[in-house]
Amino acid sequence: MADPQSVICCQQLSKQYPGGILAVDRLDLSVFPGEVFGLLGPNGAGKTTTAGMLTTRVIPTGGRALVAGIDVVAHPAMAKQLIGVVPQTNTLDRSLTVRENLYFHGLFFGMGTKRARAAADYLLEQFRLADRANMPVAALSGGMAQRLMAARAIMHGPSVLFLDEPTAGLDPQSRIALWDILGELRDRGPTIFLSTHNMEEADQHCDRVAIMDRGRILAMNTPRALKASVGADTVVIVTTAGDATGLAQHLEQGVTGAMRSQMVGGKIHLHVGGVSGVLPQVVAIADDQGITVTDLSVVEPSLETVFINLTGRELRD
Amino acid sequence: MDELDTHAGRTEARVAPSPPRSSARASWTAFKALLLRDLVVLRKTLNIFIPRTVLQPFLLVFVFLYVFPKIGESVGGGGRAEAQFAAVLVAGVVGLSIMFQGIQAVALPMVQEFGYTKEIEDRVLAPLPVWTVAVGKVVAGAIQGLIAAAIVFPIAAVVHVPQVSLSLTVHWAVLLTMLPLASIMCAALGLTFGTRFETRQVPILFGVIILPMTFLGDTYYAWTALAPVKVLGWSWLQTIVLFNPLIYVTEGFRAALTGSTHMPLYVIYPVMVAFCALFLWTGINGFRHRVLT
Ligand SMILES: Nc1ncnc2c1ncn2[C@@H]1O[C@H](COP(=O)(O)OP(=O)(O)OP(=O)(O)O)[C@@H](O)[C@H]1O
Ligand SMILES: [Mg+2]
Repeated sequence: MADPQSVICCQQLSKQYPGGILAVDRLDLSVFPGEVFGLLGPNGAGKTTTAGMLTTRVIPTGGRALVAGIDVVAHPAMAKQLIGVVPQTNTLDRSLTVRENLYFHGLFFGMGTKRARAAADYLLEQFRLADRANMPVAALSGGMAQRLMAARAIMHGPSVLFLDEPTAGLDPQSRIALWDILGELRDRGPTIFLSTHNMEEADQHCDRVAIMDRGRILAMNTPRALKASVGADTVVIVTTAGDATGLAQHLEQGVTGAMRSQMVGGKIHLHVGGVSGVLPQVVAIADDQGITVTDLSVVEPSLETVFINLTGRELRD
Repeated sequence: MDELDTHAGRTEARVAPSPPRSSARASWTAFKALLLRDLVVLRKTLNIFIPRTVLQPFLLVFVFLYVFPKIGESVGGGGRAEAQFAAVLVAGVVGLSIMFQGIQAVALPMVQEFGYTKEIEDRVLAPLPVWTVAVGKVVAGAIQGLIAAAIVFPIAAVVHVPQVSLSLTVHWAVLLTMLPLASIMCAALGLTFGTRFETRQVPILFGVIILPMTFLGDTYYAWTALAPVKVLGWSWLQTIVLFNPLIYVTEGFRAALTGSTHMPLYVIYPVMVAFCALFLWTGINGFRHRVLT
């Protein structure tokens, strides 16, 4: 997997926390220049730990990690010059104002005072925080703090941008605004490493997605290819008060194009190749069995479907 | 430094843009910016810094050198002895103020930054080695210690009843070396405390560690004067307070500011340097432990 062309390269990267939790287990992955790469997984999958290792904050207990060709364990100070980080928790400097948070960040990364001031003001405009510029950061709402951290992360023009659940806690409007800015930024070329448990976000914005669970990567590809790997065109979700397991078996055998069925959170997920005429068949078979269907829906396979296929569990908890 | 101007870590220049600056240069720039940040925060919090720095020494000299003589409770025995006590106290007060800066400027903010907020994290992600972030904290704390000494000394020298004639003899060479050495040592001690204590343990820090340190820290008496406190011919108090780092600071300022007897300088300097090294080592290690997992 070691690919010298890659901007992020993990080889057998592992982290076992003191106390024994194996948070990341022999991770191999490569992210290429200019890519938006998504790490998708449920709570506790090891996303933050992975991002922590790549950003020098968490010391791996095994394997190797290169960012922009630099070994992050051997040369952390050099690697830090090239990365920008939006952490999952609020790490703004509470002793400083909103503007000063950006200004000093610029100085840390070697900007002159004039340039840092200008860049801070520009970013405050861009992230719609200009009216809060002179307030203490404690006066920001959660979403505003998140935006300020995003502004701070891109301020010094990093080659690789790490975003750990950047839109958690943002309202839909701010979410879109953030992705607009990231989209613009993309054209200028930083590679983006995103961790999220939001499958729509991963699907919409990522060039490639790795699905992670319990410290392991289960699948890695473009969202389209991942969804295609399910093989089905449609997923029929059936809710019933009756014998769900029995009904699932009958549906699998009786519905034209049915490929497999799964029990997910008490509901039947029936994967079907081909789209038309599925619902009447489902209802008819349930009627035959004397089982009442209380809810019925049809969805396209999503990354959620892929996750369920791989783990038997839902992504959302 | 983790690395100097080598490109040892780089493999593929074409895809991986190399860092724009050498690590040494980037680290130095970031280090200066970190110090500037701490000084800006200090300037913003002068309204807290000044009272917390001035009040304790002021009260000490006010009670001992103004109130006590007024109400006839002279400490030291009156006359010449009282003048000597005044000099002893002034030196002790300067030392004590520097030590409290180490706690208040370094330890307490650090406990907070490691505690419910993780705000130190952004500074840890600045392009410099983690240990230099800790050193930056010590330097900023030491600067505050120096400022505190500069504010406190005139107060301590001026506040007393007219009858107490303060006989200060300034030994400049000792003073100018003792000030930075004491400031760095106390800031490094603050770093050690700040990385070892959790928010909820701060009362223990004050009640169980700082309190005995200051009361048995030679502020109100000279170490040499402790010899008569004996059990079975052993000057036990004089011996056990040798473990208290504050002793060497106050004795050092006694040597720098008074003509009275003090612990020999050839003991004070090496021990303080050793304490500096010890506290820097434990502090930096503690810092690395707290920010890296
Ligand atoms: N500092 C730590 N010490 C011990 N265990 C930890 C530590 N941080 C994380 N873990 C454990 O490591 C595992 C992975 O955690 P991690 O934070 O990487 O997950 P995540 O994918 O980011 O989850 P989330 O979506 O909730 O943010 C979890 O089981 C967690 O309990
Ligand atoms: Mg996380």
